[in-house]
Parts: sequence; C-alpha cells; structure tokens
Amino acid sequence: MSTIVYVNTQKGNIIKASLEAVSYAAQMGGEVIAVQFGDADSADLGKYGADQVAKVAVEDFNPDQIARTLIAVGESNSADTFVMAHDFSGKAIAPVLSALAEAGLVSGAVALPAEDGSIKKAVFSGKAFAHMKVNTDKKVISVTPNSIEKKEAGKTAKESTVEAANSNVKLTVKEQKLESTDLPLTEAELVVSAGRGLKGPENWNMIEELAKEMGAATACSRPVSDMDWRPHHEHVGQTGVAIRPNLYIAVGISGAIQHLAGVNQSKVIVVINNDPEAPFFKSADYGIVGDAFEVVPKLLEKAKSMNLEG
Amino acid sequence: MNLLVCISKVPDTTSKIAFTDGDTKFDTNGVQFIVNPYDEWYALVRALEIKEAVGGKVTVLNVGTADNDPTIRKALAIGADDAVRIDMDPKDSMSTAKQIAAYAKDKGHDMILCGKETIDYNGSQLGGMLAALLDQPYISYASKMEIDGNTATVERDIQGGKEVIEVQTPFVLSAAKGMAEARIPNMRGIMAARTKPLEVVEAVESTDATSILKFELPAEKGDCKYVDAENAEELLELLRNEAKVL
Repeated sequence: MSTIVYVNTQKGNIIKASLEAVSYAAQMGGEVIAVQFGDADSADLGKYGADQVAKVAVEDFNPDQIARTLIAVGESNSADTFVMAHDFSGKAIAPVLSALAEAGLVSGAVALPAEDGSIKKAVFSGKAFAHMKVNTDKKVISVTPNSIEKKEAGKTAKESTVEAANSNVKLTVKEQKLESTDLPLTEAELVVSAGRGLKGPENWNMIEELAKEMGAATACSRPVSDMDWRPHHEHVGQTGVAIRPNLYIAVGISGAIQHLAGVNQSKVIVVINNDPEAPFFKSADYGIVGDAFEVVPKLLEKAKSMNLEG
Repeated sequence: MNLLVCISKVPDTTSKIAFTDGDTKFDTNGVQFIVNPYDEWYALVRALEIKEAVGGKVTVLNVGTADNDPTIRKALAIGADDAVRIDMDPKDSMSTAKQIAAYAKDKGHDMILCGKETIDYNGSQLGGMLAALLDQPYISYASKMEIDGNTATVERDIQGGKEVIEVQTPFVLSAAKGMAEARIPNMRGIMAARTKPLEVVEAVESTDATSILKFELPAEKGDCKYVDAENAEELLELLRNEAKVL
C-alpha cells in the first residue's frame, strides 16, 4: 500500500514540517508519494523517503481543491493513508480531506503508529496523551511539527506533474503578509522567550541578541503581546501559538497554566526568573534564580564564545 | 445574517486531568465545565458583533447530552438568540460533524463559525469536516473578518504571517486570537438566557471514524536542575553536553 503526503512550500522552499511528514510516511513503510504544491527544489523529498514527487500548481490556497487533488493522486496509486504536517496549512486541509475521503483523522500525531496501529497524540492542551484508533479503511494523519526525527532515506524520487483537481468551492487569496523574520516561530528548534519580568520593550535587545547568537527564534508571553511590547505573532500560549521546540528558554515568565499550554511539549525547558517561587520552575528542566539583566548578558557572552549560531 | 456558532463543552483550563477505567475515560469528578474558550471568545463574540452591525440571528449549536444544557445557557447569556442541542454523546469529530451537517444543510446559514480547536481533544477538525460535508469554503484560524454584503474578507494565520482571503457566503470558519475580545455576560443576559429557546434535535445515525483506546499522562518531570546565577554561563554547557539540545 502507499501513502500520500501533502507537501507545502513557502518562499520557494519546502517547509520543514512537510519534510518531517515525508519522513513519517517513509518510516511507516510502503511507497511514499509526495504531492508538492508550489515551486521548490524537491531533492529533499527523496532524501527523506519519498519514492515519487507529484508537483501541482494551484492559484489559491483552497483546502477543498488541495484535498480533492490529494484524493485523486491517492486513487491512482491505491493509497490508503494520507500524511501531512499539523501546521496552519495541515489544519486547514486535513479535516476537509478526512470528510471528503471518509477517512478517519488523527490530528497532531506525536509518534509513529504503534504495532496495534494506534497513534499517539497530545490532548488536554499537552497535559495528557491519547492513543487513537482509526476505524475507517483509509486514514489521515497530521503530524505535530518537530515531534518525530527526520531520517535520511537517500532516495531519488521520480518526478511528475499532476493537474489540480476541480473544486466547486471558491475562495480567493488576495494577499500574503509574511513577517520579515527568517525563522518562523513554529519551525524553530530553539526558542528564547521573555515576559513581563523584562519590564519594558526597550529591554528586548539582549533577548534578540541571545536568540540570534544561538540560532533561535524569539517568543513572548501574553501580557507582553497584549501591551504591544512585542508583535502578536510572537505570543506563545493557549490563545497564541503552541510550539514544540527542542529547547524553550523562558526569561521573566512566571508560567501561568495558559502559557504552559502552549509550550509544555517542548523537549527541554529552561526558566530564568528572580522569583524562586515562580510556578514555571515546577515544569522546568533547568532553572536559574536570578535577575534577567545579569543572567542574560552572561549567557550571551558564553553563547558567543561557543559559536552556536547555525 | 443568519449565523450558526458551534460550541463544545470542555473542562475548565485549570482542571486537573485524570483518567478512570484503566485510563480509558476522562475523570470528570470535580471538574468544572465551560464553553470551549475559542468557540466563546472568538467565534460567538464575532458572530454577535456581525449581528449587531448588520442584523440577523445568532444560533449556538452543541452536540451533547442534557448534561450540557447549563453550558449552552452560558452561551445564551453572552447574547446568542437561541440554541440547538443535537442529542448525542459525541466521541469523534467526524460523527459530530455529520450530525451538524445533517441539521444545518437546509437551514440556510450565511456563516458557520467554530473555535480554532477545542482545549480538550485539540483536534482542529470540526470546521473543516463540516465545510466539506456542506460543500462550502473553509477558512481556518481566522484572526480578522470584515463583511460587505455577501462578501467576507478574512485574515487567516499561516506559517510566519497572515493570508487575506475573499470569500462569498455561505462558508465555514474556525476563529483564532484577534477575531474578537471576550465578553462577560451581564445579569440581564443571564436572566434572559433562562427563557431563550433551546431546541433538542434527535441525532441521525452516524459511526465514529476514530476511537480513543487509552489515555496516558506525560512522564513526571524530574526535579528542576538549578544553575547558580553567578555562573549562569554553565547553563549553556549543560544544554550542550547533558541535555544535548545545542
């Protein structure tokens, strides 16, 4: 049997979470057909396990049209499984695909299917996991970004072009407004985040410098984005973005439950706070009780000497 | 405009999460239930704002058993005109979406709104499934929406930014931060909610596309390892050599 993977591109590159989805499909076994929307060098798709790459050009991001295209490619390859990233595009397409294909959807998988076929995903905003069983013949799995290791398969995928499917559903994309940042927060493996403890927006230089030196993205807590000290897209937490980096460094953030809901799946959490009673320390792997204005410059200096960037 | 807002009943954000029956059931003992925050703060409040601006009606819909009625009344207290409860204990998004689609298909709603996800199962599934079943456009993670006649201009979250979409009614959207500000029900709203219509609709036949076999709590975090502030730079050595994340 074969697996269809939805591959998304941005600014002429395949997004990292799509490569992870390809690797997820390859690690499940069987033939992997990557369906790439948008122009980009597709060599990495073979590298991480795609046997075939089907390239599609679409005018607008229309979940219905994309889902129908994936289904059509699936039918011509007798595919029974569809895989994609559980990112903003996957969250738009996966449920549409699931309903159109009558295929049960497990969204936000954090591990490969177990021997009994069940798939683990985070529930209750990261406070627990559920092992899901799909009852339909076909299934859709969306994979939480940065939750599985990409494995090199060293294949060279056979490339083809396919036509986008027809869709009766119409919507028009008028404009994309992309942040100028090179490293989208949801793709970052390392994240340096700061909160009200920094006292004012003018004090963010050291956070930005530390992040740059480490090759990390910057994030912030809700009060900081609400007060417009930092842009809204940096807000991580229940109402903001949920992230799962390898390393999350929280500076001057007390760790309210709503904030934890957005970051508690991070692999390693570092908390820097001058209040030893800050609740965040309970969820931290490493902690420093101290003044951010003394601690962060020390980290910055050390990061420079370690040559971490990249 | 005739607006339908799908609301889910979820455990309060601060609830302690525990399981019973060999980790197969969520332990509701002592748990306080609320309207899913994203359904309430973003979807319902934006729907109310649209109604206030252009006229029309806001109906809230929940798939659930009679236990959900107090939660549905909370949504009525915030300002919805009436409520529908489809009488079924929902276990799976697909069967829930099929229930709602069966109800909504001939009601002529101009727009169906839900939150970006529920805070219990975090699926982000219902809106897209519903759109597909009704053959309507789906806009996920909408953070801003302007209406001009039958045309909506919607901003949705994409990786690293926003995308602006133009779409004609009817359509389905899931609402995220930015759509609206939370409203607190006032006493008049709470009183009025008691007598607003809450129609109970019989469920149609549907099967679950997925099932939960078992829940699992995350492994306990080990104790936090403290680094002395004086020697803060040691942290990076630990992150490289011990945690191996640098």
